Amino acid sequence: MPETLTKFIFGRLTLESLPLHEPIVVGTFIVVALGGLAVLAAITYFKLWGYLWREWFTSVDHKKIGVMYMALGLVMLLRGFSDAIMMRLQQAIAFNGSEGYLNAHHYDQIFTAHGVIMIFFVAMPFVTGLMNFVVPLQIGARDVSFPFLNNFSFWMTVGGAILVMASLFVGEFARTGWLAYPPLSGINYSPDVGVDYYIWALQVAGVGTTLSGINLICTIIKMRAPGMTMMRMPVFTWTSLCTNILIVASFPVLTAVLTLLALDRYVGTNFFTNDFGGNPMMYVNLIWIWGHPEVYILILPLFGVFSEVTSTFSGKRLFGYTSMVYATVVITILSYLVWLHHFFTMGSGASVNSFFGITTMIISIPTGAKMFNWLFTMYRGRIRFELPMMWTVAFMLTFVVGGMTGVLLAVPPADFVLHNSLFLIAHFHNVIIGGVLFGLFAGIAYWWPKAFGFRLDPFWGKVSFWCWVLGFWFAFMPLYILGLMGVTRRMRVFDDPSLQIWFVIAAFGAVLIAAGIAAFLVQIFVSIRRREALADHTGDPWDGRTLEWSTSSPPPAYNFAFTPIIRDNDAWWDMKKAGYRRPLSGFKPIHMPKNTGTGVILAVFSVALGFGLIWYMWWLAALSFVCLIATAIGHTFNYHRDFDIPAAEVAQTEEARTTLLAAQG
Amino acid sequence: MKRSGALLLLPLAVLLSGCDFVVLSPAGDVAAQQRDLLVVSTLLMLLIIVPVMALTVLFAWRYRQSSTTATYTPDWDHSTKLELVIWAAPLLVIICLGALTWLGTHLLDPYRRIDRIEAGQPVTQNHKPLKVEVVALDWKWLFIYPDYGIAAVNELAAPVNQPIDFRITSSTVMNSFYIPALAGQIYAMPAMETKLHAVINRPGTYAGFSANYSGAGFSGMRFAFHGLSDQAFADWVAQAKGAQDTLSRETYLELERPSENEPVRRYASVDPDLYGAILNLCVERGKMCMNEMMSIDAKGGLGLAGVRNTLPLQYDKLARRGAVFGNDPSYVASICTAEEAAAASRAAHDADQKYWPVRDLSPLRGAGLLSPGTGSRRADAGTPSLGLLRLEL
Repeated sequence: MPETLTKFIFGRLTLESLPLHEPIVVGTFIVVALGGLAVLAAITYFKLWGYLWREWFTSVDHKKIGVMYMALGLVMLLRGFSDAIMMRLQQAIAFNGSEGYLNAHHYDQIFTAHGVIMIFFVAMPFVTGLMNFVVPLQIGARDVSFPFLNNFSFWMTVGGAILVMASLFVGEFARTGWLAYPPLSGINYSPDVGVDYYIWALQVAGVGTTLSGINLICTIIKMRAPGMTMMRMPVFTWTSLCTNILIVASFPVLTAVLTLLALDRYVGTNFFTNDFGGNPMMYVNLIWIWGHPEVYILILPLFGVFSEVTSTFSGKRLFGYTSMVYATVVITILSYLVWLHHFFTMGSGASVNSFFGITTMIISIPTGAKMFNWLFTMYRGRIRFELPMMWTVAFMLTFVVGGMTGVLLAVPPADFVLHNSLFLIAHFHNVIIGGVLFGLFAGIAYWWPKAFGFRLDPFWGKVSFWCWVLGFWFAFMPLYILGLMGVTRRMRVFDDPSLQIWFVIAAFGAVLIAAGIAAFLVQIFVSIRRREALADHTGDPWDGRTLEWSTSSPPPAYNFAFTPIIRDNDAWWDMKKAGYRRPLSGFKPIHMPKNTGTGVILAVFSVALGFGLIWYMWWLAALSFVCLIATAIGHTFNYHRDFDIPAAEVAQTEEARTTLLAAQG
Repeated sequence: MKRSGALLLLPLAVLLSGCDFVVLSPAGDVAAQQRDLLVVSTLLMLLIIVPVMALTVLFAWRYRQSSTTATYTPDWDHSTKLELVIWAAPLLVIICLGALTWLGTHLLDPYRRIDRIEAGQPVTQNHKPLKVEVVALDWKWLFIYPDYGIAAVNELAAPVNQPIDFRITSSTVMNSFYIPALAGQIYAMPAMETKLHAVINRPGTYAGFSANYSGAGFSGMRFAFHGLSDQAFADWVAQAKGAQDTLSRETYLELERPSENEPVRRYASVDPDLYGAILNLCVERGKMCMNEMMSIDAKGGLGLAGVRNTLPLQYDKLARRGAVFGNDPSYVASICTAEEAAAASRAAHDADQKYWPVRDLSPLRGAGLLSPGTGSRRADAGTPSLGLLRLEL
C-alpha cells in the first residue's frame, strides 16, 4: 500500500505503536487476552449471549443497570489495583542505584492510569451503581425518571473504560499525573497519544456521568411515593440528591476544560500555553473547580450508606436526622468554595490562601457533626456487628484520622511543607479508602441480599474486612511518615537507603489489600455456591427501616405492586410497627419501559469516535460521528418504548411471594 | 496485655528513631515556624479526634447486642443540647484554627520578606539579602547569583543566618522548588515568576528537589543545598568564579535541552539579562518577550499588523510543536532589539524591587487593637480598630 493510503486509514497508528518492546505489557496482554477469550468462549458455550443481551445489556431496569455498574467498578478495581501494586513494588526496590523494574515511560503511565481509573472507573461506577440500585427502591418508585437515558449513561461509562483499557495495549496512556496539568499535557511536551486517550476516555465517560446525574435528580425530585416529603427522605436518598446536584454542576466544567485542552492539542489554540498569551494556571483552576466537588461526589453517598447502616444495625432511629440533612447540604455548597487549597503553593497571595484554607476547615464542622450523629445513633442502641456495621466502625476510626490530616493540609503554611508529599498521598487514600471504599463494602454487604435474594458469606467477608483494614494501615501509615521525612510523590527511584524500609512496609500493606480483594472475590463466589443456605425469603434480612426492605428480594421488575404511602422517614419501620399487611388482591396492570439496544450502539459509536480522534483516523471519526447523530435521531422515532405488565402476571408474582413468606412463618 | 503491646511497639520506635524527619526538625527558621504551626494544629484537632475515637470504641462495646445491662432507647433521636454541642465543639476548634491560619499564612507568606533570622533575632539593615534566581529546566536546576555574576547547576549554596530572596521560574513545564530543611515549597512555572524568602540557620548539606512531577527525568531532579559559614560561602563563590564555563544565551540554549541526572556544574560568569529572558520566554534572539507583548497589548495591541508579526520557528525546546490542524510552528517576532528588551525587563525588575518595602507588622501582633481598659482610641483611630483587618499585604 502506498504510504499516504496507510496513513489515511490508520492515522498515526503503526506497528511501532504496539508496546511489543515492553515485556510486562506483553505478558499482561497475553493473560488478559486468554482470560477474555475464555470468558467469551464460556458465554458462547453456555449460549448466554441472547440472555445477556435481552436481560442485561439492553435492560432499562434501574436494578440491573445498578448491578452492571457495580460489576464494571469491580473489574476496573482489579486493573487499578494492579497499577497500585506495581508502583509499590517499584518504589520498594528502586534503591541503592537500582532502577527498579519499571522504566520512566512505563512507570509514569502507571501512576497516571492508577489515579484516573480509581476515581473515574472504580469509585464513580460503584457510587453511581449503588445510587441507581437503591434510590428508586428507597423512594417507592418503579424506575428512574428516564430509563433509557440510564442505560445509555451506563454504556458511555463503559465506553470510557474501554478506551482506557485499550491504551494499555494499543499505544500508551498519559504520562502526566491524573489531572494532566499543562504545559506537560500540551502537545509540545506530550506529543503522543497518551493525553488524547485521557481526554477522550474522560469525555465519553463524562457524558454518561452527567446524564445519570440529571436522571437521578429528576427521579428524586419527581418520583417520590406520596407522603414522602423532602424531610422524610431516607438519608441515603438525601446524600444521593446532593451528590447528583454536584455532578450536574461540576462535570460540565470538566468537559469544558478538557475541550479547551483538546483544542490546544488539535487545532493549535493557546488557552493553556505560555507563549501567545495563554496561561496553564487557568487549567489548574478549572480542573480543581470540578475536582474538589468530585471528592464530595464520591464521599457523600457513602455518608448516606453509613447513616442507613448505623441506624439499622443499632436498631434505632438515626440521631439528628435534620442536622444530618443540613450538614449534607452545607457540605454540598461549601465544596465549591475550596478548590484553591489544591494549589496554595502556586503563589497566590496570603489573603487568598487564608480564605480557601479557612473555608476548607469549615467543611470539617458539618462532617464532624455527622460523625457525632452516627456516634449518638449507636448510643443506647442494640448494635449487631454484621459485616456492614463492622465496615462502619472501621470507617469511623479510620476516617477521622484522614479528616484530621486533611484539615492539617488546609493550613497553608503546613501545606507548603506537605504539598505533593507522600503525606498528601496518605491523606487522600485515608479518606478515599477509609471513607469511600469502606462505605462501598458496607453498602455491598448491606444491599446484596436485596439485589440477589441471599446474603454474602460472613466468614470470607470477615477475612476480606480484616485484610483490607490492616492492609490499609500498613500501606498508608508509612506514607505519612515518609511525607514527614520530605519524600515527594511520583518518584521512581530513590537515593536515600534509610527510606527503603518504609516502602517495604507499605508494599506489605498492599499485599494485604490484595488478599482482601481476593477474599472479597472468594466471598462472592462462595456465596453464590451457598446461595440456598444463605437465602433470605423475607425481603428484610436486617430488620430494615427504609422502603426497599418492604418488597421482595430480589425485587420484581416493577419494584412495588402498589405505590406505598409514607408517614415517617423510617417508612418501613413505621409500616411494620403500624401492623402493615401486604395487599393480596386488586392488582392492576403496571406500565413499564421497554428494553432497547440503542444505548449500547451509541456507546460503540462514541468509542469509535474517540479512537478515531486519538489516532488521527479522521475517516473513522467522521463516520462514527455521523452514525452517532443518526442513531440518536433514529431512536426518537422509536414509538415502541413501553408495555404493560398484565394484572394476572403481577398477581402471580405477588402470590409466589405470599407462599414464600408463609413458609417462613 | 499492656506489656506485650509495648513490646510490639518497640520495633516501630527503633525504626522511627533511625529516621530523619526533616519536616519536623528543619534547619531554617521559616520551615521551623511552618513546623510549629503544623504541630499546634494537630494538637488542636486531637482535642476532637481523640474523644471521637474513644467514644466510637466505647459505644461499639457498650451497646453491643449481647450486652444485657445497656439501656436501649430505639426511638430516641433528638436532643437539642447534644446537637448544640456537636456543632459547637468543632466550630470552636475551627475558629481557633482559622485564626491561627490567617495569622500564620500572612506571616509565613513566601512572598513576604522575612523579618527575623530566628526567634528573638530580627532582621536588621545589616542583613543584606542574598539574591538567587532559580530556573527549573528539564530535568535539572539552574541557580543564578545576580549579585556575584555566577551560576551553578544542581548545586545551591548560601551563608547561614542571612536572608535569601529566591526568584523562581521554569523553562518548560511546572515544577516545585522545595528544600524541606529550609522552607516550604513554591511552584516553578514557565513565563511566571514566584518568590520565596527564607534563611538557613545551621550549616550543613540538605536535600533539595522538585516536588511536582515534570516528566521522565523527574526522579533525578535533585540538588544539594549547602548552608555555609560566611568564609566557606566566600570560598564557594571564589571557586565558582574560577570555573571554566560561562553562561551566555547560547550556552543556556544548549543547557536547557532535556537531560537527566545532571552532575554539578558551575559558571564563572552569567549574561546579566539571561534570567529576565528566560522568564519572558525570549532567550532566542528575535523572539518577542512576554513582558514586551504584554505592554504592547496593554496599550491596545498592534492591531492587524500583529497577526503577521510571526516567523517560522526553527527551534523550540522539544522537537515537535504545533497541533495537527494548527498553524505551522511559529513565534511572535520581537519589534525591539534584544538590548532594548533586556533594558525594559531590567527596568520592570527594578521597579518590582522598590515595590517591596519592609513592612510594618505591628498590626499583625495586635498593636492596632485597643488595650483593655482604655476608654479612647489611639491616634490612628481613623483606621478600623480590629488589627487583623488593617493587614494590607
